[in-house]
Amino acid sequence: MIEVLKKKLVVIGGGPAGMAAAVAAYEKGERDILILERDTALGGILRQCIHNGFGLHRFGEELTGPEYAYRYEKQVKDLGIPYMLDTMVIEVSPDRTVTAMNKEHGIFRIQAGAIVLAMGCRERPKGALNIAGTRPAGIYTAGTAQKFVNMKGYMPGREVVILGSGDIGLIMARRMTLEGAKVKAVLELLPYSGGLARNIEQCLHDFDIPLKLSHTVIEIHGKERLEGVTVAAVDENRRPIPETAEYIPCDTLLLSCGLIPENELTRGAGIPLDRVTGGAVVDEDRECEIPGIFAAGNVLHVHDLVDYVSEEAKIAGEAAVKFLRGETEKSVSIALKADGKVRYTVPQIIKSVKDTKVYFRVADVYRDKKLVIRDGEKILLSKKKPKFAPGEMETVTLTAEMLKNLSNCQLNFAIED
Amino acid sequence: MVDILIIGAGVIGGVCARELSLLDCSVEILEKMPDVAMGATRANSAIVHAGFDAHEGSLKAKLNVRGSELMENLTRELGVKYQKNGSLVVGFSDEDQKTLEDLKIRGERNGVKGLSVLNREAALALEPNLGDGVSCALHAPSGAIVCPYELCMAAVGNAMDNGAALTLNFDVAKIERTQNGFRVTSKDGRVRESKILINAAGVYSDEIAKLAGDDSFSVHPRRGEYLLLDKECGTLIRHTVFRCPSKMGKGILVSPTVDGNLLLGPTAEDVTDKDDTKTTANGLDLVRRQAAEQVKGIAFNKIITSFTGLRSVGSTGDFVINEKDGFINLAAIESPGLSSSPAIAETVVDMLRQKGMALTPKKDAVRERRPLHAFCDMTAEEKSEVIKNDPTYAHVICRCETVTEGEILAAVRQNPKPHDIDGIKRRTRATMGRCQGGFCTPYLVEILAKELGIDYGDVTKFGGASKLNVGKTKNV
Repeated sequence: MIEVLKKKLVVIGGGPAGMAAAVAAYEKGERDILILERDTALGGILRQCIHNGFGLHRFGEELTGPEYAYRYEKQVKDLGIPYMLDTMVIEVSPDRTVTAMNKEHGIFRIQAGAIVLAMGCRERPKGALNIAGTRPAGIYTAGTAQKFVNMKGYMPGREVVILGSGDIGLIMARRMTLEGAKVKAVLELLPYSGGLARNIEQCLHDFDIPLKLSHTVIEIHGKERLEGVTVAAVDENRRPIPETAEYIPCDTLLLSCGLIPENELTRGAGIPLDRVTGGAVVDEDRECEIPGIFAAGNVLHVHDLVDYVSEEAKIAGEAAVKFLRGETEKSVSIALKADGKVRYTVPQIIKSVKDTKVYFRVADVYRDKKLVIRDGEKILLSKKKPKFAPGEMETVTLTAEMLKNLSNCQLNFAIED
Repeated sequence: MVDILIIGAGVIGGVCARELSLLDCSVEILEKMPDVAMGATRANSAIVHAGFDAHEGSLKAKLNVRGSELMENLTRELGVKYQKNGSLVVGFSDEDQKTLEDLKIRGERNGVKGLSVLNREAALALEPNLGDGVSCALHAPSGAIVCPYELCMAAVGNAMDNGAALTLNFDVAKIERTQNGFRVTSKDGRVRESKILINAAGVYSDEIAKLAGDDSFSVHPRRGEYLLLDKECGTLIRHTVFRCPSKMGKGILVSPTVDGNLLLGPTAEDVTDKDDTKTTANGLDLVRRQAAEQVKGIAFNKIITSFTGLRSVGSTGDFVINEKDGFINLAAIESPGLSSSPAIAETVVDMLRQKGMALTPKKDAVRERRPLHAFCDMTAEEKSEVIKNDPTYAHVICRCETVTEGEILAAVRQNPKPHDIDGIKRRTRATMGRCQGGFCTPYLVEILAKELGIDYGDVTKFGGASKLNVGKTKNV
C-alpha cells in the first residue's frame, strides 16, 4: 500500500518561486505547508548562478544567486516550514493528489488542500535547433556548462562559440572568459538580443566579445570532440545566406536559445496551458483552470529577473491560503487578449475586481510606440514608451476602478503608433 | 583459443553470439568501437519489416520473413520492447496503386501474410492522420517496431551472461589461417585464435573478408538521415507509414518508436566514406518535406535530435551469407538486416552443424534477460515495491525520461557494461528526452566516474577524444 498523507499546501519546487510562495503562505497564517524539492538543496537554479545582479528590486542591493536564494532559504528554515529534498514529484492529479518519491520514504501520496506549481524551466536543447553536421562532444546548453564550471569545478572547453544571446549565454560568455577560455563570438539568430541590455554591456562589451546579430550556426564539425562550427548570416526570414558562411575553429559550442517552462506535471494534471508562454493559463491569483492549483515563477512564464519571480510567487502563495480558507472571491471573468505584437499577458484572465499588475512581453523591438488596452472600442489605458523589447518583461497595472465598469468581458492589449 | 570468434558487435554479431551462447561452444566477440551497437545498429529505421519488399527467392526475402516470425519471441526472451503495429505503404497516384498491387503479389510470394491494398477511405480508417494527397495504401499487419540497439545490447548481454566474451576497441588488422582455424590480430597487437571466424563487420565487412582472402564482393555505405521528435508526437500515428517506392527512390518512413517518439527518415545517398555520419541541411529538409506529405500534423518544432545512419550496401544486391573453410560471411547486411537478424543467427547454427559441430544445448544456459528501463512504465504500486528493495530507484536522475539512479547503476553493472555517457544513454534512455541531457549530464558524469574509478574530467561522450571537460577550472 502506498502511504497517503494530508497537507494543506504542497509547493512543488524549492527554488526561488517555491520558497517565496511557501514563505508568503506562512506569513498569511498557514502552518501546514510542505515544499518538495528534487535537488539536494533548496535554491533551484540560483545555486549555480554565482554572478551578481540579483535582488536589486526585491532587496535594494546586488546579490549573487546563492545569496539571493539564501535569504529565502533562511526564512524557510527560521520559520520552520517543512521541506523534503531529493524528492521527485511524479504525478499531480486534478483532485490535488501529489505522488512523489524519495529514497527515505519510497513512493508516497499527498492529498493537498492547495498546490503551488513552482518547477521552473529548462533550456532549449540542440536537437530543437536542428543544426546539420556531426555529433561530437563539446556541445552543451549554457546552463549545463554553468553547472560544470560553477558547481563541479571543471571546464567544458577552451575555445568557445555561443549560439543564442539569452541571459545565461551572456553570463557564461563572461564566466568562461574569466576562467581563461577564449569566447570567439556570440551569435544571435534574431536582429536583436533576447538578453538584458545590462548583460550585453557587462558580459560582452566589457570583454570585447563580438555579438553577431542575425547569425546562426549552420554546420557542426569534428568527429570526437568539436573542432569548429560554420556560421552564417541569415536573411529577414531567418534563412542562412550561404555566401556569408564562415568557419570558426572552437572546441565548445554553448547554446542559449531560450527557456521552456517545465510543465510535464501540469499537463499530466489536465491543466490548460498557454501556447505562447508554455505555462498554465492563470488568473490574477496565479490560479490555474483547476481550482486550488496555482503556478508561479518560470514554470508559468520565463522571467528576466528573479525579483519578479519572488513577487509573483508571493501572489500565488497568499492566494492559496485564501483558497484554503474559502475566502476566494471570483466575481467576474475578463479575458486579456494579446494582439500578437504583445505576445502574451500573465494573467491571461481576471476574475476579481482589484488592482492587478499585468506582466507582458512584446514580439519584436518597437520604438516610440505605445501600449493600448481597449475595452471594445474604448481605450482603457494608453502608455507610451521609447522602446519595447522582447528581452525585457513589461508590466502595467489595471486598477479596480478600470475593471469595475467594463462593457466587454475581454480586454485587448495592443502595441500601436 | 575459442571455438568461434565474431567480428562486429552490431545486431547481427550480437544476435548470432546470443544464439551460439545457448549452445555448447565458446564464443568471443571482437568490436572495433568502445561499445556495442555503434554502427548501423545504432542508427536505422527500427522496423521489423513484413517482408514484401525484397525480391522473391533472395536471401533478403527468405531471411526477412523468417526473421520477422522469430522476432517476437526473441524480444520477449531478451526483455526488449517490441510492438506489432503494422505497416502502411502509402501511394499518391494511380501509378503508385499499381506498384502497391505488385508489392502485394511479391509479398505473398515471399510468404507474407495478411497483405491488402486499401483505398483512401479504408486507409484513413486505420490511420486518420495520413496526408491529404494519399490515395491508396498497402497494409501489412505483420510489420513491427523494435529498438535495434536495445536488441543488440540485450543479445550481447545475454550472450555474456551465458559465457560469451566481448572485447572492445579491438580493431582487426590481420587475419591468418592456422592449422586449426584462424589467428586474428588487432592494430594494437592483441591476438585471438579460433576454429571458426564469423564476419559481421557491417559496413566494413568487405574489408574483413579481404583480410581473410575473400575479395568476391564489396560494400559501400548508403547514408540515411533521420529526425526524431518528442514523445508528445509519438501518438500521431500507430502504424509505420512508408512511402510507395517510385522512380524518385524508396522514400522515407514516418513511424512511432517503441519508446513513444516519432521517427522520420531516412534519406538515401550512396557515399564512399564509411565514417560519414554527419547530417546535412538538404537531407533533413527532404525528410521534413516527404514526411509532411505522408502524414499530416507533424509538429516539426518538436524535433529533439537528428542523426545519420550508414547502411551496408553490397555489390551483389543481396546479403552475402556464406561459409568457406570455417570463415563465415554475414556481410552486406543492409535493410532488412535488423528484421532478418534472428533468422541469420539460425542460419549460422545450421551452417556450423553441417560442418560437423554438435552444438548441443548448453546446460544452465539462460534464455531470459531482465529489461533495464521498465521502471517508468510500472504502476505506482509496482514502483513502490522496487524502491523498497532498492531505494536508489526513488532517485530520479533524468527527469525527462524518468530514469532513476537505480536503473543507471544497474546498467553500468550489467553486461555489456558502458564506458561513456552515450553508453548509459543507449542503455537507460537517460539524456534521450526533450532536454537532451541538459540537466542530468553532470550527474551521469559523476555516477560513471565513480563506477569506473576515473576522474570526473576523464569521462567521455563516446570514448576516444570525446571528453566532456577539458580540465579543471583555473587550469585551462
